[in-house]
Amino acid sequence: MTAAVSFNEVCRYYGEVHAIDHVSFEVADGEFFSMLGPSGSGKTTSLRLIAGFENPTSGDISIHGLPTQNIPPYERNVNTVFQDYALFPHMTVLKNVAYGLKVKGVDKKIYTRKATEMLNLVKLEGMGHRHPSQLSGGQRQRVALARALINEPRVLLLDEPLGALDLKLRKQMQVELKALQRQLGITFIYVTHDQDEALSMSDRLAVFNDGKIEQIGTPAEIYEDPASEFVADFVGNANIIRKNLAFKLTGQGSSFAIRPERIQFLNRNTLQQDDFCVAEGKIKDIHYHGASTRFLLELSDGDEIVLIQQNSENLPSSQTEKYDIGLSRKIVWCKKDMRYFSG
Amino acid sequence: MNTAAAIKTHFVPAKTIAGRLSTFLYRRPLFLLFLLLVPPLLWLGVIYLGSLVALLLQSFFSIDEFSGVINYELTLRTYRELLSPANMDIVVRTVLMAASVTIAAAVIAFPLAYYMARYAKGRVKAIFYLAVMLPLWSSYLVRVYSWKLILAKEGILNWIFGKLHMLWVMEGVLSIPVIGGTSLSVSYMGTFLVFLYIWLPYMILPVQAALERVPPSLIEASSDLGAKPGQSFRNVIFPLAFPGVVAGSIFTFSLTLGDYIIPGIIGSSRFFIGQAVFAHQGTAGNIPLAAAFSVVPIVIMAMYLYLAKKMGAFDAL
Repeated sequence: MTAAVSFNEVCRYYGEVHAIDHVSFEVADGEFFSMLGPSGSGKTTSLRLIAGFENPTSGDISIHGLPTQNIPPYERNVNTVFQDYALFPHMTVLKNVAYGLKVKGVDKKIYTRKATEMLNLVKLEGMGHRHPSQLSGGQRQRVALARALINEPRVLLLDEPLGALDLKLRKQMQVELKALQRQLGITFIYVTHDQDEALSMSDRLAVFNDGKIEQIGTPAEIYEDPASEFVADFVGNANIIRKNLAFKLTGQGSSFAIRPERIQFLNRNTLQQDDFCVAEGKIKDIHYHGASTRFLLELSDGDEIVLIQQNSENLPSSQTEKYDIGLSRKIVWCKKDMRYFSG
Repeated sequence: MNTAAAIKTHFVPAKTIAGRLSTFLYRRPLFLLFLLLVPPLLWLGVIYLGSLVALLLQSFFSIDEFSGVINYELTLRTYRELLSPANMDIVVRTVLMAASVTIAAAVIAFPLAYYMARYAKGRVKAIFYLAVMLPLWSSYLVRVYSWKLILAKEGILNWIFGKLHMLWVMEGVLSIPVIGGTSLSVSYMGTFLVFLYIWLPYMILPVQAALERVPPSLIEASSDLGAKPGQSFRNVIFPLAFPGVVAGSIFTFSLTLGDYIIPGIIGSSRFFIGQAVFAHQGTAGNIPLAAAFSVVPIVIMAMYLYLAKKMGAFDAL
């Protein structure tokens, strides 16, 4: 089966700036594929290259096996949900949604009916006569989605579509988007800088950094087995333990990552075992997050380490031991939870 | 402890008069607004609108043809005079000129404004702004007279055409009935060219401002949805820039309607509205007819704005 989208050694340079640099990857048909990375890492540029708003400096991009060179956006069977939604302010919601069919010369009766159907699909029944300015952020987002889907694209590109929504709405839309993708069975390529979003929604994701892809894999692969320091840090904020400290703690000289939630405070109930690593540090800061508490510890030589403790009632340590700023505490983690990096 | 001492333990009320006044106005924003609005409202409401009403009133008086004395009784006689064929000729001539100048200005301004808004960056953009604004820095009269030198029979343009052995082109153009003439400087075409030149900046700037406000993502969205460049232009770019075109056309149209200098210097010696007003209120001393003539552009502009609103020119504002 041909890939929905494939990048082969694609570069996009703006003068001296290498927005993306020799990037190759494939997105399978029907996949929910995320491109995750900090701003300026090349993820949005990659999306714009697929949409056809920009052309690669070198390399090839194909969509469903067809080379895209010199094919303008309006001849590509992909559609985009824009970060700012890019709704046409002078048209009603219905006209916005129908636009893709209208410019193709579809009969007015048909495009009106289809646009109404699309509005029902995104749960905006009866909103067709309004103008975008009369809608809330979440509703505009749905209009943008309906408008992009009316052309029945085989690949839908989403550029941080939930970035402007508040947290609760964002969580809700994440669920809806994922459900919609399953229902329609089309490829979603989703750009985000929110690692939670990328992990929870994607079938696979690519982590971008500095114009290159650091790692591609399923969310579990990326989180459990980060290929680089950058991935470990960007996805899930791992503690990166560098060479010197690593040697002191483990007797081995290669740096490694350890997830904050895999570290515990050492207390009477902890069973001492061979495959544990123990360190001692002074509590420097405590952030209460409701479901969990985040502790920042300073080790004796100045290195900092973050530990996250779930605030579940049945955890005895939370009742018997005191954890205040300034106190020295021993921490412990399993050796098998450590991820070594080469170099 | 030093830090604690530095923290204010009480509020310090303003001591100076200016400080107290600031506090007083800060607490009463509506009063401040009132103070700020009084001078401009006095200016607009009393002086500007008042003089317009006085003008309107004048147009309902009449003049005694024999004595030349104004008869201060309300009558429609002056308007009947305005509707005479000779005067209507002046009105039609002026409106046609204003309309063609406006259309031509829009056609020329749009691509320029589009380039300025979309593509020009940094220094190039500054140069474009300068180029558009520069003519406005020098006297209007000087520029009009310099056009006379360019367009005259012995002028620069004819000299260039002569050197290029293309005088026949000029002669061909000038032989067109009505808008042609013995030379560009005494033809409607000449008047049109100079009007177009003089008012063009007033079209470019609002169109450019309107285009600047169209987010690039809207154009991308349009082509993403399958619209070819021409369709994107018709469906997205132009409708969103249209308020700018209307704003610009209000300038070019009304300025052409009221101008009395340009047609006096360049063109066939037939009257435009502005010249008629000038002549009637001056040498002829027929203030009521002059007033009636000045009402014409006001009525035309009112109709024009009404139509523009109907066409949805202000929907995207």
